[in-house]
Amino acid sequence: MSEILGVDGLTVRLPNGAAVVDGVSFALRRGETFALLGESGCGKSVTALSLMRLLPDGVRVAGGAVRLGDSDVLTLPEREMCAVRGGRLAMIFQEPGLSLNPVLTVGRQIAEVLELHGGDQASVQAETVEAGGCSRARLDQSGEVGIEVEQRCIELLTQVGIPDAPRRIHEYPFQLSGGMKQRVMIAMALAGAPGVLIADEPTTALDVTIQAQVLQLLRDTQAESGMAMLLITHDLGVVAEMAHQVAVMYAGQIVERASRQQLFTQPLHPYTRKLFAALPDARRGAAPLEAIPGNVPTPDAMPPGCRFAPRCDRAWALCHERAPEWREVDGQGVRCHLYAPEGAGREQGEAAGAAEPGFYPAPDSRSHTLLEVSNLQVHFPIRRGVLQRQVGVVRAVDGVSLEIGAGRTLALVGESGCGKTTAGKAMLQLIAPTAGSVRFGGQELIGLSAQALRAQRAGMQMVFQDPYASLNPRMRVAEILDEGMAALGVGGDSAARQGLMDALMEQVGLSAAAKWRYPHEFSGGQRQRIAIARALAVNPQLLICDEPTSALDVSVQAQILNLLRALQQELELSYLFITHNLAVVEYLAHEVCVMYLGRIVERGATAEVLGAPRHPYTQALLSAVPRVDGGSGQVIRLAGEMPSPAHPPQGCHFHPRCPQAMTICRETYPGETALGGTQRVHCHLYAESVGRAGD
Amino acid sequence: MLAYLIRRLLYAIPILVGVNLLTFALFFVVNTPDDMARMQLGIKRVTPEAIEKWKAQHGYDKPLLFNAQAAGVEKFTETIFVERSVSMFAFDFGYSDDGRSISREIGTRMWPSLAIALPNFFVGLALYITFALLMTLFRGTALDVAGVALCVVLMSISSLFYIIGGQFLVSKLWHWVPISGYAPGLDGLKFLVLPVIIGVIGGIGGNARWYRTIFLEEVNKDYVRTARAKGLSEIKVLFRHVLKNALIPILTGVVVVIPLLFMGSLLTESFFGIPGLGSYTIDAINMQDFNIVRAMVFLGSVLYIVGLILTDISYTLVDPRVRLQ
Repeated sequence: MSEILGVDGLTVRLPNGAAVVDGVSFALRRGETFALLGESGCGKSVTALSLMRLLPDGVRVAGGAVRLGDSDVLTLPEREMCAVRGGRLAMIFQEPGLSLNPVLTVGRQIAEVLELHGGDQASVQAETVEAGGCSRARLDQSGEVGIEVEQRCIELLTQVGIPDAPRRIHEYPFQLSGGMKQRVMIAMALAGAPGVLIADEPTTALDVTIQAQVLQLLRDTQAESGMAMLLITHDLGVVAEMAHQVAVMYAGQIVERASRQQLFTQPLHPYTRKLFAALPDARRGAAPLEAIPGNVPTPDAMPPGCRFAPRCDRAWALCHERAPEWREVDGQGVRCHLYAPEGAGREQGEAAGAAEPGFYPAPDSRSHTLLEVSNLQVHFPIRRGVLQRQVGVVRAVDGVSLEIGAGRTLALVGESGCGKTTAGKAMLQLIAPTAGSVRFGGQELIGLSAQALRAQRAGMQMVFQDPYASLNPRMRVAEILDEGMAALGVGGDSAARQGLMDALMEQVGLSAAAKWRYPHEFSGGQRQRIAIARALAVNPQLLICDEPTSALDVSVQAQILNLLRALQQELELSYLFITHNLAVVEYLAHEVCVMYLGRIVERGATAEVLGAPRHPYTQALLSAVPRVDGGSGQVIRLAGEMPSPAHPPQGCHFHPRCPQAMTICRETYPGETALGGTQRVHCHLYAESVGRAGD
Repeated sequence: MLAYLIRRLLYAIPILVGVNLLTFALFFVVNTPDDMARMQLGIKRVTPEAIEKWKAQHGYDKPLLFNAQAAGVEKFTETIFVERSVSMFAFDFGYSDDGRSISREIGTRMWPSLAIALPNFFVGLALYITFALLMTLFRGTALDVAGVALCVVLMSISSLFYIIGGQFLVSKLWHWVPISGYAPGLDGLKFLVLPVIIGVIGGIGGNARWYRTIFLEEVNKDYVRTARAKGLSEIKVLFRHVLKNALIPILTGVVVVIPLLFMGSLLTESFFGIPGLGSYTIDAINMQDFNIVRAMVFLGSVLYIVGLILTDISYTLVDPRVRLQ
């Protein structure tokens, strides 16, 4: 039997008795990747943690069985469980930055697993069982690891693609980049030679080019070792690239189970279909995204019938009354009344009015320039020594130029650390730029007095990434909205402002009465609506949106993107959209600028740049995005990671990672080359053939 | 790191000047040199001449901060403040009002202070951390609740009660150790046991509860979950992973007091009749002996600054991320 781990009717309850995971069953087979797909709060991580018996204090397994070989993981004594954890079941987590012990060397942390579960000689010693504890391992009290263990650590690090492993094992996690840390996590998981690897959102915290590297590594190791993998993710693209089998979770239950092939060609459950429809994609064109209204229900307030019924546009009376049974349809499992005898016939009728083409016509492309940024630089000094003399600079933003027309959206795209957020803040004068010019509506902002700048503040506002952190938890929504208006003298007297607030709340899709509540009473998507309302309160012409949807679920992201588009239409707003998510760019932006290490490397109309990327970095970035349709073609894998902006490489910044680097790339930074249309690129590949268009 | 230390020591100079000025100002707001002279001379012999003579003898016959009669720079230097302050920076504390060398007094009195403070500190620290770790290990169980309750009870009782109650029970009723007193060398052991134990008990409540909070915060971090996922037992997770990380916040509060241990404890020393620096300070305050008070405050400030620098250095030992520059 190739089944290696079987989960049967797993139920997990919170201290208040609410079930966060309710009767989940699935099976993992050797060499296979099983993906648990779902939005935040659906119980997928809790499922994974209960397999390891690592649930947080108070949360407990209330029923079900987890078969691993011939034992039930849930009933093993704790002592034997220690041998299972890290030995037969290993796990990697979402935040590699937080999941490694900051004060122990990487080698020490891997050695720990080897000492506990390490194969060969070490395992012989590990057999002796310590009273009251886990298997005894020889731990060198000096903190140094034995030669053999060290050798094995180096092998493991090399296996997960960490260069210079003999040196790296003596380093601490903070000396490694995010991608490297996740590789170390994987090495640690592999150290015990587990039969099953549980990967809980392994790439969510990583940039796309790094994500591509890590996913490749996971696939390779699986192919080598034949272990089974339970992949927990919210990202359909990752599922498309990695999974053999997929289970879709919603509100603590599996609502659909299918092979990858089946799921992507013929999703059965309305929720799964909605998830696909909510993905932003250029091919959708001007049609709005199909957002799923509302939010995932909380475990203590589950709807009585089908849990998805309140948000489902195909639901009928039965759905609200009785929970649907699990059914198998052509080898594909689904929990939906549509596929029961009662639902016969309904399954064919596709929901009407899915898309209203032309609902959002693109704004006039010939609009006047609202924001004009030229050669913007932000340098941070590095200081050292007794007198704190400046010994160098971090060139966070190093000569960025762009224009945004009224009513247009410009996307600033780049991976973390490329300086895109700093550039956005510098344009708003929230950080003092070192040099350059920022003209807003013809008015130069750099060098303005604090008072003159205040007068300009109403014109441009910012929406931040994390709606959980960017709203003051001690202020009511009304106070949050009012603060900006009162400070900038917008909206007349207090009573008039109350009226404005009501209108604003309605405009962003919230009820006016909700303004008396506190931010914690709202969900993530609603909070981001409040953040947008706050920005809109002072009648800005320009919104700088810094990753406004990256903290949100796909279905909620669609709501926010639709809202932003509708608002642009209605209010003639301009957006500077700072993001790493290329799908969002395709959906929302008219123009795009790709940033790498403080500079823009390629720019132009979205269709041109994303349709026919010319800069090798843009090409790699695009090819690294996991595609839902699977047919991604050749993926360009970038070696290494972005260098530090304190020490940018000589010549073209990208040349150390560029697959097409030439001699000249190591010597001089390429000037701007205009290609057909609006597309411009900084790359030596195009400099000669097309002719230089100004340096 | 050397550059960092040099910079920190340079910062210390303005701090010490400021502390000195403040002590000086506070002392002379409530005391005039005349008051001091009267106090020293006793009620009967007070005549204006005697006061003037005492002031001249002890160097208090000049203006406090600004000498209007002098010329040029001397307007500032010919004052009590400058005369008494400058020598301080060379750790020359001068003489107390009864004519003894303050430096020598400090040299002899710091040993009794240390004899109490050092064991109190180290035994206490070990006990508090152990107690807190135990509560963390049994978190959420009845043992944890009982431990916290005990801490709250211990915290809520005044330290005076521990001292007086301890002296009554252990010394007066049971006659195990003397109530108070001090002797140098091993003979002094019997005098030290009670104050040390009482000091340790008095600190359990607050410290163990505080450390427990720090441990609990660490225990819920992601890297601890990773450690458990490796298959480590809970005890190993606590000792190998949590303890070292939790030490970082604990160090902030602990290392800084190490140099201050020299200064002794005002309360314990006066109740147990220990001739240390704590009781020395209390007596000086009662006697309005400005020289001693100022010397002790100055010494305290210096030791505090040393403590802060030691704290920074200790961070580099436990936290590889910290580099001093």
